[in-house]
Amino acid sequence: MSRWGPAAGRFALGAGFIAFILLMWDLGVRGEWVLLFDIKMGFLPPPVDVAKLLWDFAFGGVYDDAFSGSLWGHLGASSLRVLAGFGLAAALAIPLGVLMGRFPLVLATLDPAVNLFRPIPATAWVPLVLLIIGFGSQATIFLITISAFFPILLNTLSATREVSPRLVEAALMLGTRPIGVLLKVVVPAATPGIVSGLRIGLGLAWVILVLGESNGIDTGLGSMIMLAREQVRTDRIVVGMIVIGVAGYLSDRLLVLGLKGAFGRRPLVRAS
Amino acid sequence: MTEKTATPGATVRPHRVVDESGRVLLQGVGKQYATRRGPVDAVADVDLEVAPGEFVAVVGASGCGKSTLLRILAGFERHTAGVVEVGGRPVRRPGPERGVVFQDYGLFPWLTVAENVRYGPRQRRMSRTAAKRRAAEYIEIVGLTRFADRYPGELSGGMQQRVAIARVLANDPAVLLMDEPFGALDALTRTSMQHELRRLHVETGATVLLVTHSIEEAVYLADRVVVMAGGASHGVPGHVKEVVPVTLAGERDVNAPDFNAVERQIAALVHAGVGAG
Repeated sequence: MSRWGPAAGRFALGAGFIAFILLMWDLGVRGEWVLLFDIKMGFLPPPVDVAKLLWDFAFGGVYDDAFSGSLWGHLGASSLRVLAGFGLAAALAIPLGVLMGRFPLVLATLDPAVNLFRPIPATAWVPLVLLIIGFGSQATIFLITISAFFPILLNTLSATREVSPRLVEAALMLGTRPIGVLLKVVVPAATPGIVSGLRIGLGLAWVILVLGESNGIDTGLGSMIMLAREQVRTDRIVVGMIVIGVAGYLSDRLLVLGLKGAFGRRPLVRAS
Repeated sequence: MTEKTATPGATVRPHRVVDESGRVLLQGVGKQYATRRGPVDAVADVDLEVAPGEFVAVVGASGCGKSTLLRILAGFERHTAGVVEVGGRPVRRPGPERGVVFQDYGLFPWLTVAENVRYGPRQRRMSRTAAKRRAAEYIEIVGLTRFADRYPGELSGGMQQRVAIARVLANDPAVLLMDEPFGALDALTRTSMQHELRRLHVETGATVLLVTHSIEEAVYLADRVVVMAGGASHGVPGHVKEVVPVTLAGERDVNAPDFNAVERQIAALVHAGVGAG
């Protein structure tokens, strides 16, 4: 550990624990363990089968059926929906959050409505959305947008309200016009909080994706999982779950790295 | 890091001539706050005239309204009575001709030292190259050229306060308003910053109003020391108790008997002001 440094040591611990989960999974399936909540491990595919299927899902050449090599099409369609919904949510929530945080009149106007709509879960939106929008991509993107909207809005709002009055005073006495303070001081000072909101929103976008794609869509990771359920293919379900988990993780890393790249050394993103 | 041995920076080419724009006038100034138990006077009946280029220190016990007075001059707060003028014009809002140095620096953490210092000139539509040159000049004056590309969070308190001073000076202010600027610094850094401020005052010709807790600092730096007393918590509005001229000639020595005599005189006024009003 001293030779490779503490980072390598921590990585080894994390990787070791994942290996342990895989081992328990394998033993559980073979021994047909029944766990808490009446989880019947015997119904699960063993990890080796899932790995083989995952390979086939990505590159084909193992089973050569309709499922083989179809990962990229599903992943691409899902990623586009996440990107569209998340992007729309960010584009609406960030400016609105800044205005609400800065202008008491805007806050007083919008705050009650925000608090009424915020507790409505995406699952409750689904039946209505299917009736007023209909099956398809648009319904999924809408669900992602409203789900990602609120965490981005609330984080932007609180970050904006916490901007030190001292920084505003400093900007004014240096000759900034009151209207310029918003972009020159409030937004950069609130950026770490806004970024936290974006990360929560993006994570939620992947969660809601499956919900949205469960209805009347034939490409996408969510629809692939729903199809597998109808076919009683637990192995395909597990493969879909793994792909969504990895995609969500990678998109978060991509967001953070992209922002860090854009900001350079500027201390605008909290260490993660 | 370096401020212990205070590397003296370049000298200032005087950008401004001392003119009437640096005159400060307070006449019957009062500030009243509305509270749940009715209006409270934070300060009342303050009369003070500061000549262009003069260095005035304001001392007094906590709550005597000295910071309120400074914030009124800065334009951060509105006075509720009297006349407040800088350079013959009434003060209504903050402006670059009145530079403020805060105790907690107020630097923009997302901008480098150089970007912080050229922020003011850029706001006033100075060209990018001219603003860069000007920032470099003032960063050199406060001895931070090696740190121009660092972020404030990477600097010590003393260095951050030097950046804050350079940032304000780059705006070429007629009046410098300083609210306990060295209060958060250790004793050694504080002493070296006082030397630097004295030098900068002479070289820039700006009027300086310095609010401080330290009587020694006030006597070391100021031409006149304003002693304030009272304050809302004493049941008497904050007011000017006395203005003491400091006539010590030449380089002031904080250990000289005549320096100590002035210091004792002011201390007596400050302590008598507590409670009694």
